Amino acid sequence: MNPELRELYQEVIVEHSKRPRNFRRLEGARVAEGYNPLCGDKVTVYVDVHDGMLRDVAFQGSGCAISTASASVMTEVLKGKSEAEAARLFERFHALATQGAQAAGARSLGKLAAFAGVSAFPSRVKCAVLAWHTLQAALKGDAVSVSTE
Amino acid sequence: MTAARIAYMSERSRMSFDVQRVRQDFPALKQRIYGKPLVYLDNAATSQKPQAVIDAISRFYSEDYANIHRGLHALSERATQAYEGARETVRRFLNAPAAQEMVLVRGTTEAINLVAQSYARPRLQPGDEILISEMEHHSNIVPWQIVCAERGARLRVVPITDAGELRLDVYEELLGPRTRLVAMTHVSNALGTINPIRQIIDMAHRRHAAVLIDGAQAVPHLAVDVQSLDCDFYAFSGHKLYGPSGIGVLFGKAALLDAMPPYQGGGDMISSVTFEKTTYNRLPYKFEAGTPHIAGAIGLGAAIEYVSNIGLETIAAHEHKLLAEAMARLTAIPRVRLIGTAREKAGVLSFVMEGIHPHDIGTVLDREGIAIRAGHHCAQPLMQRFGIPATARASFGVYNTPAEIDALVAGIHRVLEVFA
Repeated sequence: MNPELRELYQEVIVEHSKRPRNFRRLEGARVAEGYNPLCGDKVTVYVDVHDGMLRDVAFQGSGCAISTASASVMTEVLKGKSEAEAARLFERFHALATQGAQAAGARSLGKLAAFAGVSAFPSRVKCAVLAWHTLQAALKGDAVSVSTE
Repeated sequence: MTAARIAYMSERSRMSFDVQRVRQDFPALKQRIYGKPLVYLDNAATSQKPQAVIDAISRFYSEDYANIHRGLHALSERATQAYEGARETVRRFLNAPAAQEMVLVRGTTEAINLVAQSYARPRLQPGDEILISEMEHHSNIVPWQIVCAERGARLRVVPITDAGELRLDVYEELLGPRTRLVAMTHVSNALGTINPIRQIIDMAHRRHAAVLIDGAQAVPHLAVDVQSLDCDFYAFSGHKLYGPSGIGVLFGKAALLDAMPPYQGGGDMISSVTFEKTTYNRLPYKFEAGTPHIAGAIGLGAAIEYVSNIGLETIAAHEHKLLAEAMARLTAIPRVRLIGTAREKAGVLSFVMEGIHPHDIGTVLDREGIAIRAGHHCAQPLMQRFGIPATARASFGVYNTPAEIDALVAGIHRVLEVFA
């Protein structure tokens, strides 16, 4: 198989796309919707914030393996983090998805490092960052749709 | 010609059709993608260009380029001749009665907008209706929505069956005294369905409604004769027909075009201008404001000549064989479901895979050197009709081969491996 392809569809990503974690509605949480008009990926991100801490993060939606797995891993990673930590992780995740593992210092990114392969597929970067942009909108209290086209 | 003679001739042209020789005409097909031979199956989006088209454009820019319709000098005369020659080629291609009925536009989208704004808009009264179908491309939906909203008219939609065929029984019911225009696709870009447009046109005419046919997906695969169809407007683009992008054609019956106001104002569409009054130029120039895509028209002419030399009947037979084989083989692959199984189909194979998003299919196939389209194909209402966000679409052209179907099938097995 093409090595870049193997790098993109790592086991972690395929597995999370098949069995997404925290795939549910969070009542009373902050919420935002993300949409990629180019490919039709849709995601709703819920985040329960208390005293600046992300107590719970969940999502619903439909999309490709990359966008679904990215949302799923994001909800796992961010649970229990502060808003400031979440913002820093997004910055690093964005660098990872656009510039690859080395640029982002992937080793300390844990599970998120699985998305390093996305950088070899420019047309798929927006799939990987859709949930993150949407989370950011939810944290800011922008209930309006975000778009990653 | 007798039926036996036609059969003999088409058999003869099929026999002399050599797809490997055709492939030699297309320089883009010779390249490798990620180290693998390019398998180009995105022809419904746009087609690759034969050397004859590339050369015609390049020769025009190198030797004959000047503006048209105004020159007293040699180059302008040559350019005008080449441009008008292309219009005549297009007229012959559609068997239209007169070259003045061939308006050269940017593409199918502009052609439809022209008819919406110049034909429909002045005529529509509140409560009037325009009929389209559930399988239309956005370009044959949105222009009508715009004009209907402005005029208080109603856009009505003829549904399709699960196989992707037009519900002619519902069409008959929807055709009524308020129907002013029927706008339908000849061949569906997302399903490949060939609509029975002859019947669609006859039924509309019995109710005194005009008909526009979106031929963007049809002209690369089927011979079209606007006189025998008796359609009022027929639109297509050059770039799906092995010609350049940015050029297309609107055929309109002269009597209708004559009665329509201009679409855009500017140079070349007038015969005289004063600040008090402007008189418009004759057909088709009334609808060709500004310097057109001259090289594009010449490239389109070359593309039509290229296609005509092979013969649309030969091309259709070749593609039909490919499509039938591809459909049979994909049906046999686990988790694959075909979208669009009409009895009459051309060129397009849309499919989905259980639990695998079309974009992931597209990415895996891309790394195998296979170009397909994954998405909603600018037909979101159609995707909603089938309850899916998108499909993967392989679409065939004159240069595709049975070996490329082998590659597609192998690629889909690779997709299954990745998402096992």
